[in-house]
Amino acid sequence: MRLQLVKAAEHGSVVTWPLDQPLSEWSIDGMQKVAGLHRHVVRMVEGQISYVVKEIPDRLAEREWRLLRELAEAGLPTAEVIGVVTGRDAEADGLLITRHLDFSLPYRTLLSGRGLRIPYLGERMLDALAGLLVRLHLAGFYWGDCSLSNTLFRRDADALAAYIIDVETGERHEMLSVGQRRLDLQIATENVLGGLLDLQMGGLLADGIDPVETALAIEQSYEQLWVELTGVDEFNADETFRVDKRLRRLHELGFDAAELELVTTVDGSRLRLVPRVVEHGFHAQRLRALSGLEAGENQSRRLLNDISRYRAVLEQRGGSKVPESVAAARWLDERFERALGAIPPEMASKLEPAELYHQVLEHRWFLSERAGGDVGLDETVASYVADVLANAPAEQILTLDEM
Amino acid sequence: MSTLRMRNLQKRYDNGFEAVPGLDLEIHDGEFLVLVGPSGCGKSTVLRMVAGLEDISGGELMIDDVVVNGMGPQQRDIAMVFQSYALYPNMTVADNIAFAMKLRKTDKVETAAKVAEVAELLELTMVLDRKPGQLSGGQRQRVAMGRAIVRNPKLFLMDEPLSNLDAKLRVQTRAEISKLQRRLGVTTMYVTHDQIEAMTMGDRVAVLRRGLLMQCASPSDLYESPENLFVAQFIGSPSMNVVLGSVSVGDDDSIDLKVGTQTISLIGEAAARLHRLRSYEGRDIAVGIRSEALGGDGTASVDVAVDLVEMLGSELLVHCTVEAPSVRAVDSGVEISDHRASSIVASLDPRHTVKVGDRLRLTVDTLRMHAFDLESGAAIGRQ
Repeated sequence: MRLQLVKAAEHGSVVTWPLDQPLSEWSIDGMQKVAGLHRHVVRMVEGQISYVVKEIPDRLAEREWRLLRELAEAGLPTAEVIGVVTGRDAEADGLLITRHLDFSLPYRTLLSGRGLRIPYLGERMLDALAGLLVRLHLAGFYWGDCSLSNTLFRRDADALAAYIIDVETGERHEMLSVGQRRLDLQIATENVLGGLLDLQMGGLLADGIDPVETALAIEQSYEQLWVELTGVDEFNADETFRVDKRLRRLHELGFDAAELELVTTVDGSRLRLVPRVVEHGFHAQRLRALSGLEAGENQSRRLLNDISRYRAVLEQRGGSKVPESVAAARWLDERFERALGAIPPEMASKLEPAELYHQVLEHRWFLSERAGGDVGLDETVASYVADVLANAPAEQILTLDEM
Repeated sequence: MSTLRMRNLQKRYDNGFEAVPGLDLEIHDGEFLVLVGPSGCGKSTVLRMVAGLEDISGGELMIDDVVVNGMGPQQRDIAMVFQSYALYPNMTVADNIAFAMKLRKTDKVETAAKVAEVAELLELTMVLDRKPGQLSGGQRQRVAMGRAIVRNPKLFLMDEPLSNLDAKLRVQTRAEISKLQRRLGVTTMYVTHDQIEAMTMGDRVAVLRRGLLMQCASPSDLYESPENLFVAQFIGSPSMNVVLGSVSVGDDDSIDLKVGTQTISLIGEAAARLHRLRSYEGRDIAVGIRSEALGGDGTASVDVAVDLVEMLGSELLVHCTVEAPSVRAVDSGVEISDHRASSIVASLDPRHTVKVGDRLRLTVDTLRMHAFDLESGAAIGRQ
């Protein structure tokens, strides 16, 4: 038997598990079944760090181990792979161990409409899935089985962020052909339709989501985003402002162009702009640089906007310009951590910090609208805790019972 | 009615690697053609070009006489079968088979008719109203197949669909696929590295090596009449025994094959069958014989020493040493072993009593011998 483990000091508990036994027979503290459609035995081990263990043939386990690590190295949204066990014995399959993605929402929970509501849930979900597929394809990764079961979602301000968690059918290439992208999209469309119809037939689909329309809309959402990120712009040579416009558009979508190619036409009168390397996480990187905070792309955009607004307040109060880095430091101390610190600890762990703060801001807007004037942060937090958070389920780890 | 034609089909990658230098192959209407070969031989690349997943670097790919090089997967109207289809637990079998037709806005009447037709073919009619949880493993597999079939494609493509199954389920599913394809009559391309799978399933089998077609023929032709050393040794389990021999021609038109210090004489029909060996007089060749052609009927014999006996129930596999170097096909051509002796395998009637250390005189069925050129690896003597 062979165990390959990353960060052994952090994940040392893994070696104490009965790795040589069939997964379905394990009986260790924190064991849970994992809901959803699975072709293999899958279990969760809950603890200070929670893990998901999947039993699959050695060859597939090794392959997924390698692919998940490649995805993570490429900065793509995926479950963190911790270890792989192979060579258990002639009859037994291998084990793939990943870290549970905290605050992730399995699709069955998300689409049932339970828990904290997400407006325009169907559109958010399909945008998240389409966005994930585009990012994977840009990185040369063919999924082969994009489905709701193989994806986890996390709140990202008013949007959802999607994470790929099952790469059994995945392949990594230098670049994907048009045929590969189209087939991957076709598979995604069919699988999403199947998943949504299945929920609907089980009475588990939130109102307002049409399975066929949602599935069909994935292709459109994908194509629109793909063109935005990779399409070639051509303009007059004296219209270089369009370069900036294109960059701004990429930033709006949460991307940045690490490399742009500008080519003059033969007669020199026109320019062709081709984004060569497009990376996701423009706002997340900016937020991290300014504040050290880790957050989803939309959450980061929201928090950056709040930093900008607070900077304007500080400048108005002080009567002079405030550097962005100084404003960010004061925002962190005087707004972000102050707001989160006012939430009772047992409730603060229900959501990710950035998501909590975003929801506090949303609640403040709602209260201010109702009051016809600005409501203070302290009053907002108190109201949010009492009226919203108190009744919300903890989303760090959703167990089968809670689903 | 669908045919697939590949004319000098090529795949070249940007780094210059030629995965498929040029392939000419045709799949007839309703045929089940298997592409087989060792890992890296290009079989999956070929399938992916047919599927539209890989761009074609050169040559033509035609489906029903229409060149489809520039068409995407959907326009080619092909179905990749066993694409990890999940069965949805809240949907009935009928819904599981047909739900994807909603994407094409197919009307309910047409959908129901199609589902009924597919269910009958798959022997699922009696369980159409059941949920997957109420089905056997075999029935669930067939429901997954149903999803591909209901689309009514021109062509089925299957890329190593059984590779993740255990041995028992593989054998069972293999039979199901073969049976189903015969009933459906849909033109099918099936890729596998497993030569047993290839031989049991294909109407014809195309053996690939480094992107080149080594032979395309019926399983029996491949087995009995391999055109080259690679095919001879790739097809068949145990692999064909191939050792170094030299040719001499007798006054009575017999052909003698000298194998080590022993001589195997080909006379009458056996000599006529390999008559082209006469042009190899005095030269070395590779002499091949399958395990079942040893120890049974035969006019010639060879003395061997028994190293290992494997009792399989239906046959006795006897591993022996013969005083002649082994020969095998390698990437660069043909390789002759440095060792003077080599191991061969004979498949005997299980009622034989043989033990390790015995010296045996194995009969050789000279009508089933093969000979190969040592430079090209091509089969000699049958044309």
